[in-house]
Amino acid sequence: METPDKPRLDAALAAIAAADAEALEAQRVAALGKAGWITLALKTLGAMTPEQRLVEGPRIQGMRAAVADAITARAAVLDAAALDARLASEVLDLTLPAPEAPRGSVHPVSQVMDELAEIFADLGFAVATGPEIEDDWHNFTALNMAETHPARAMHDTFYFPDVDAEGRPASNSEAVGRQGRMLLRTHTSPVQIRAMVQKGAPLRIIAPGRVYRSDSDATHTPMFHQVEGLVIDEGIHLGHLKWTLETFLKAFFERDDIVLRLRPSYFPFTEPSVEVDVGWQDVGGRRVLGGDGDAPGHGWMELLGSGMVNRRVIEFAGLDPDRWQGFAFGVGVDRLAMLKYGMDDLRAFFDGDGRWLAHYGFTAFDQPTLSAGVGSKETGIRA
Amino acid sequence: MKFSLEWLKQFLETDASVAEIAAALNRIGHEVEGIEDPAEKLRGFKIARVLTAARHPDADKLQVLTVDAGDGGPLQVVCGAPNARAGMVGVLGLPGALVPANGMELRKSAIRGVESNGMMCSVRELQIGEDHEGVIELPDDAPVGADFAAYHAASPVFDVAITPNRPDCMGVLGIARDLAAADVGTFKPFAAPAIEAAGSCPVEIRIDDPEGCPAFYGRVITGVTNGASPEWMQRRLASAGQRPISALVDITNYVMLAFGRPAHAYDLAKLSGPVVARRAKAGEEVLALNGKTYALDDSMTVIADDAGVHDIAGIMGGEDSGVSEGTTDVLLEIAYFDPTRIGVTGRSLSLASDARTRFERGVDPAFLDDGLEILTALILQICGGTASDMVRAGQPPLAAKVIAFDPSLTQRLGGVDVPEAEQRRILAALDFSVGDGWQVTCPPRRHDIEGPADLVEEVVRIHGLDKVTSVALPRADGVARPTATPLQQTERKLRRTAAARGLNEAVTWSFLPGNDADHFAEGNGELWVLDNPISEDMKAMRPSLIPGLVAAAKRNADRGAAGSRLFEIGRRYFRADAGASDERPTLGVVLAGEKSPRGWTSGKAAGFDAYDAKAEALALLEAAGAPVANLQVMGEAGPQFHPGQSATLRLGPKTVLARFGALHPATLKVFDVDGPVVAVELFLDAIPPRKSAAFARPAYSPPALQAVTRDFAFLVPTGLAGGDLVRAVRGADKQAIVAARVFDVFAGQGVPEGRKSVAVEVTLQPGEKSFTDAEIKGVADRIVAAAAKLGAELRG
Repeated sequence: METPDKPRLDAALAAIAAADAEALEAQRVAALGKAGWITLALKTLGAMTPEQRLVEGPRIQGMRAAVADAITARAAVLDAAALDARLASEVLDLTLPAPEAPRGSVHPVSQVMDELAEIFADLGFAVATGPEIEDDWHNFTALNMAETHPARAMHDTFYFPDVDAEGRPASNSEAVGRQGRMLLRTHTSPVQIRAMVQKGAPLRIIAPGRVYRSDSDATHTPMFHQVEGLVIDEGIHLGHLKWTLETFLKAFFERDDIVLRLRPSYFPFTEPSVEVDVGWQDVGGRRVLGGDGDAPGHGWMELLGSGMVNRRVIEFAGLDPDRWQGFAFGVGVDRLAMLKYGMDDLRAFFDGDGRWLAHYGFTAFDQPTLSAGVGSKETGIRA
Repeated sequence: MKFSLEWLKQFLETDASVAEIAAALNRIGHEVEGIEDPAEKLRGFKIARVLTAARHPDADKLQVLTVDAGDGGPLQVVCGAPNARAGMVGVLGLPGALVPANGMELRKSAIRGVESNGMMCSVRELQIGEDHEGVIELPDDAPVGADFAAYHAASPVFDVAITPNRPDCMGVLGIARDLAAADVGTFKPFAAPAIEAAGSCPVEIRIDDPEGCPAFYGRVITGVTNGASPEWMQRRLASAGQRPISALVDITNYVMLAFGRPAHAYDLAKLSGPVVARRAKAGEEVLALNGKTYALDDSMTVIADDAGVHDIAGIMGGEDSGVSEGTTDVLLEIAYFDPTRIGVTGRSLSLASDARTRFERGVDPAFLDDGLEILTALILQICGGTASDMVRAGQPPLAAKVIAFDPSLTQRLGGVDVPEAEQRRILAALDFSVGDGWQVTCPPRRHDIEGPADLVEEVVRIHGLDKVTSVALPRADGVARPTATPLQQTERKLRRTAAARGLNEAVTWSFLPGNDADHFAEGNGELWVLDNPISEDMKAMRPSLIPGLVAAAKRNADRGAAGSRLFEIGRRYFRADAGASDERPTLGVVLAGEKSPRGWTSGKAAGFDAYDAKAEALALLEAAGAPVANLQVMGEAGPQFHPGQSATLRLGPKTVLARFGALHPATLKVFDVDGPVVAVELFLDAIPPRKSAAFARPAYSPPALQAVTRDFAFLVPTGLAGGDLVRAVRGADKQAIVAARVFDVFAGQGVPEGRKSVAVEVTLQPGEKSFTDAEIKGVADRIVAAAAKLGAELRG
């Protein structure tokens, strides 16, 4: 239906379709503003007869809607174009480096100690500690190594002077009776005595920590780490020792094929005493624990010392050796770390070289758990 | 301890192979550290006769030999030895053989233009002796063409580690007895020969120190010739790693190595008067056989005559009365010394010897007579002479230990079921006698056997530890409790938090150079300083973790690292009252070098400052469960820190939980490290344990109404600490104010001299109802009033 408004409407729609933001607003005012021609046209409706209104009403309303829709559509197009233009001006070169957060790490010795604590917690062993500056009684005498015991010569012991700078006795003579000269503990075994004295029996503990020997070469450092294990209960025998060590080593190395070879040996604080070898096999020139050491191309590696706790040690610790018996073992933590994670130089453990720490260290979230496996596999992410 | 298979077979009838014997030794507790087969080393060396010898045409000192090595025609060999001559029988190394002494492979070659098809060898080249004067000369009847290894009776040598509890196995005899018990062969009982003595001993033997020397037996042999010991003995001594010296010395060494029985021979001509076992007198000295002079004291037992000390008893003989080539008459000494005394004397003289090793562990007290007879018989046989009667002073401790044994203990302690008959057999084979009701009498040589557990060990080690089967430890009933102590749990949290914050965990020595320790000791308690440090750099136990970490940071910087962020969790060591050790768990952090590198956005590289240290201190304290919100920042971080850029974090005025800040330039100088370096030390023992034991948290629902913030800018005296102002502001209305934070500090233009502008953002949290304007104004007024007490005025 041709009406007099038709050209005007067509002109307006054409203008809207081509408008920029400013022109669009002008078009809106011209058509739909207070004095806009469509607004004015709508106002004429009131004076019309109902019949006229029936015809003109929809027509004018239709024009209003057409213009309003066209304005909305055009505004959307203009907004999109403006946004595109803005985005185009905001391009970043994302090949440039982002700010880096420093990467922290956990030392392998700590990691392995956490792994051991986890494995042994599952077997009901608590973690015990003792002083590193020990007295002679706890480090030697109570472990059945009297003053003149030849086995003492095997411990290259660091000693402290008998008197301090002011000439006061260095040992805690008044407090707990003379305990002998003060020294740096040569093994974690004195914790056995302290745990038995403090906690009594039955007892299951591991005692990881620093130990000291006056020894320094490619494979020995004057400070290193050991973990001691002790079980005191009724009816504990060598079979329990063997099972515990097997269970521990299988869990630690996450291998079912760990094979132990028990050899008679001698430690003053155990009787019988047992040296434990673990079978290894050659994997790409590296000795990897696992498999029968007697198989061709395999061998045995001396890993730890152990035995049934000597009844004199149990007596020294104030327990009744006719009722309580048990086993003890000691193993080098650094050594375990090297065997599992492949470091070959013990001295590097204590150097604090940032490159070594980053390479052999563990992330904060490598916390050993039984559910995820206590070990942390090489992911290659750090490389 | 080293010995040859051939020697072992003197005491053990066996067909077992070397590998079987080695496996058995390991199985019964004598760890085989090595097996050397000299036959391997002598492969390619043959017995050969020199047919002709002529001078080398171009060399005065060389000869051209033709030799018959058994197979094929004569070989031409160039030889430089003066004793090579036609007709002699020697040892020829053929091309392809490796010379044991230097590992060189022999080749067919031309020496000064003359073809040589091998080498005639000296004793030293074959590593069977020291002589290098000429080539080996063998008896005329030596089988030409035979392998020299077979002729030489080269026997495999075992190198076995004997544990200190088994001095009875520090002789081949003892090892044979153990092997026989383990079914590796049959023990050949060794009967001491009967000596036909001619006359009484002309020397008086006496004990004046029965405690140190309970028994001293001896005899004189006159008319001996002290030449070289026979080849069979030299060969055995060589297998044990002993060099032959002279017949008399070799024989005493031989008896020690074969029977575990040290003895001593004196040159009688150099003795005067009675020979006495007595205590040394203070000030006495002796020149020992090792050429060193030892000052003795009255705690030591010696053997002496009228002229002085001739022997540090049981440890080492004296040079002056030692036997020599010219010795014709000897006094033999075979004694029993107190093991403890020997050990103490040996340690105080720092003198080790094979005799001491055996005496201090305990020799067989029942083997004095036999030992002396064996020794005498060997001397008579090898050196000739006439033996006197044996004289005996004192008595060795022969009382046999009897142990009431319960064979079921083997199962209860050893975890392996060994039939009683087998237990009885094992003990008997080891020379224990098992009486009625399992009363077990120990051989006196077994000083190590103290009680039933030792007998279990004997039974189990011979029966086989491999027969022990694994038995699971019973699992404890009930709920599994945490097995780590609260401190251990705190340390774990700290370690993981520090690593998550970008710090690298280091493990540094517990000991420090004395200087570094002193520098950090000031005001920190008394240090532990080692008596016998391995070096001056490892002398004092650390009073702080910072020096070790700074030293590590310096090493990193020296290697070209731009920055280091290191932490360590470990102990500091102090001397407590009454000489006890006070070991305080501590966390140390050192941040050195670049905090961030130069960058395309940030510009220049940035270093660390004291606020970086503060951030670590607070974050780590929070991880450790310390009440961080209640901590006060106070001074006195210690003289190692920059006095104006360091502080302590305290809970109350006295409890210092941490110190942090930039290190003092003087500290940096001590470590020769460039600054700034900032550090933190957390004193884990000072952090109060968390009180709550419940899992459930206190009830909480987030407030429904939004918090309101208001800013306050104050002009304050320059010296006023921002923290004090904030604390005053917060305290102005403890109900409404939930947070106050400095967001701007400014001094300079527009701010009067002596003052600074500090702007604080205060957060107010409404409760049930929104604040009215009047309420907010009331709070603001109280804030301004509280600040005013510190000399702060609200900026207009």
